[in-house]
Amino acid sequence: MSAPATLEVSDLRTRFGDASSGSTVVDGVSFTLRAGRTTALVGESGCGKSVTALSLLQLIEPPGEIVSGKVLLDGRDLLALDERGMEKVRGARIGMVFQDPLTSLNPALTIGGQIVETLQAHQRLPRAAAERKAVELLARVGVTNPEQRVHDYPHHFSGGMRQRALIAAAISCSPSVIIADEPTTALDVTVQAKILRLLRDLQTAMGAALLLITHDLGVVAAMADEVLVMYAGRIVERADVDTLFHNPRHPYTKALLACVAGIEDDRRTPLEPIGGSAPDLRNPPNGCRFSPRCPSVRDVCRRWDQPLRAVSADHEAACVLVEREAALV
Amino acid sequence: MSSIPASADRAAIASETKARGGARFWRLKSFARDRAAVFSALFLLVVILGAAFAPLIGHYGPDEADNLARYRPIGTLGHLLGTDQQGRDMLARLLFGGRVSLLVGVAPTLIAGVIGLGLGLIAGFVGGIVDQIVMRCLDVVFAFPMVLLAIAIAGAMRPGVLTEIIAITIVLIPYFGRLARTATQGVTPMPFIEAARAAGGAPVTIMLRYVLPNVFSPVVVYATTLMGLMIVVGAGLSFLGLGVQPPTADWGAMVAEGRVVLRRAAHVTILPGCAILVVSLAFNFLGDGIRDALDPRTIRR
Repeated sequence: MSAPATLEVSDLRTRFGDASSGSTVVDGVSFTLRAGRTTALVGESGCGKSVTALSLLQLIEPPGEIVSGKVLLDGRDLLALDERGMEKVRGARIGMVFQDPLTSLNPALTIGGQIVETLQAHQRLPRAAAERKAVELLARVGVTNPEQRVHDYPHHFSGGMRQRALIAAAISCSPSVIIADEPTTALDVTVQAKILRLLRDLQTAMGAALLLITHDLGVVAAMADEVLVMYAGRIVERADVDTLFHNPRHPYTKALLACVAGIEDDRRTPLEPIGGSAPDLRNPPNGCRFSPRCPSVRDVCRRWDQPLRAVSADHEAACVLVEREAALV
Repeated sequence: MSSIPASADRAAIASETKARGGARFWRLKSFARDRAAVFSALFLLVVILGAAFAPLIGHYGPDEADNLARYRPIGTLGHLLGTDQQGRDMLARLLFGGRVSLLVGVAPTLIAGVIGLGLGLIAGFVGGIVDQIVMRCLDVVFAFPMVLLAIAIAGAMRPGVLTEIIAITIVLIPYFGRLARTATQGVTPMPFIEAARAAGGAPVTIMLRYVLPNVFSPVVVYATTLMGLMIVVGAGLSFLGLGVQPPTADWGAMVAEGRVVLRRAAHVTILPGCAILVVSLAFNFLGDGIRDALDPRTIRR
């Protein structure tokens, strides 16, 4: 059932600061992105979603540092590449769409100019050809009047249009992996839906692997094939999207789902916020990192780290309950 | 009710913009709306042309003394702006003096602007030890009062136009360097720089294509404003005798020479003084206009 792995991440660790007083923001994360599939990475703010994405591209600035792990893109370890090698990967093999379209475009360069920059960074194209390609790309992401708008500056564009332009730049070199870091968070709902549909259409057309980072479970339900739930720097549950919504096994996933307001909920079913707050990663709790907030916490959870356990072939959860429940069956 | 025709107007203007080639046109348009800036630009153009074509204007050379026609007041037939204590034509001296004064105001500012922009850009973008070394070196120059340092440098060399230019250039570099570094540091953490890196931009490309254009406009504005001030500083150096040497005309030197006959013929001092004042003011207004026009966010649609 699974398409070939495009990007394989194993045991990725990114730390900010030194080993004693720093915090390990991405702590042993492993996952696989497959061509033509959308993988959603969900979690609360500060759980390490964005740092994971930036680590894949090695855009971590000091004092941050990728401590260990492997990032295999079509079998080649990106972490072994030098900076020049990475420049050839960024934008060409892995395209990234950022969260805030308002500040992610250079205000002093025309929309077309920025797409041309990306194209010319990776391909030997004469200026005129690159400009023609920029117009084509803008048309492809649904910018009306691309021949004229290619000469506009970012401030002439609305938020949704800017995000389209950024997507055009991200896909300009036909990357095999697209990373979208909360691509719709800064946009209003009607525009969100359009941008998401655009991303999915492009991904399907290009056969790229899409890593969609979001905290919006509605977006996950609409877009994802597979979901990774991240908590305090670790992946606590991995499942296909139906399984995750209908049969979540990690208490954190369950709690996260309970926080979501459905349009059909009435006011008598209260939303259930998760008690406590996300742990301080400089001084993470012993054992399972969710244990201080977990409603079904056991003694063993506070003592030992809980590794991912297979629930079924495509479903893993980092919770001791998985075994207990399996034993009961 | 009234808002409807207004927005229709705007739509018409917007479509007209597209037809005429967009942003560049609007920059010009936004500059054209600033009357003080436009007037200053035209005025400076006249002054520059006047200085450039000085030999073609009037009948007298700047150093042609006429002992029979000394201290002529403004409005004298044949000497429109009168003559000085040696009977030299004031108009000719002002025009020829403008050549030196404008050169001393503009050239060092441009040279220092380019050098300072480069140093500040590199220091701010690369950061770390490079930043420390560059900025500490500039701080040494910066620690001295501007005019005093210019006097010291000019005093150490042979007086002349080149000396003036070199002295003022050295003095100005740290001002541009600091401005460019601060502006660079404001741009570098912006998400679009990270986005450019994520798109595979090499550091040099990012510095030149993404950082530089955003740092450029404050530097240009600062440069235009400083040109006025540097005409004053240049005039000061000439006044002190460190710049051009008599009999060469220069507005600062003319003020210096005129002050001894201030009571007898005030216009000998006042005319070059006014020239310095008005030209430096015009540079200031021009700088403000350029600032507004260069900021893409002020382009109205």
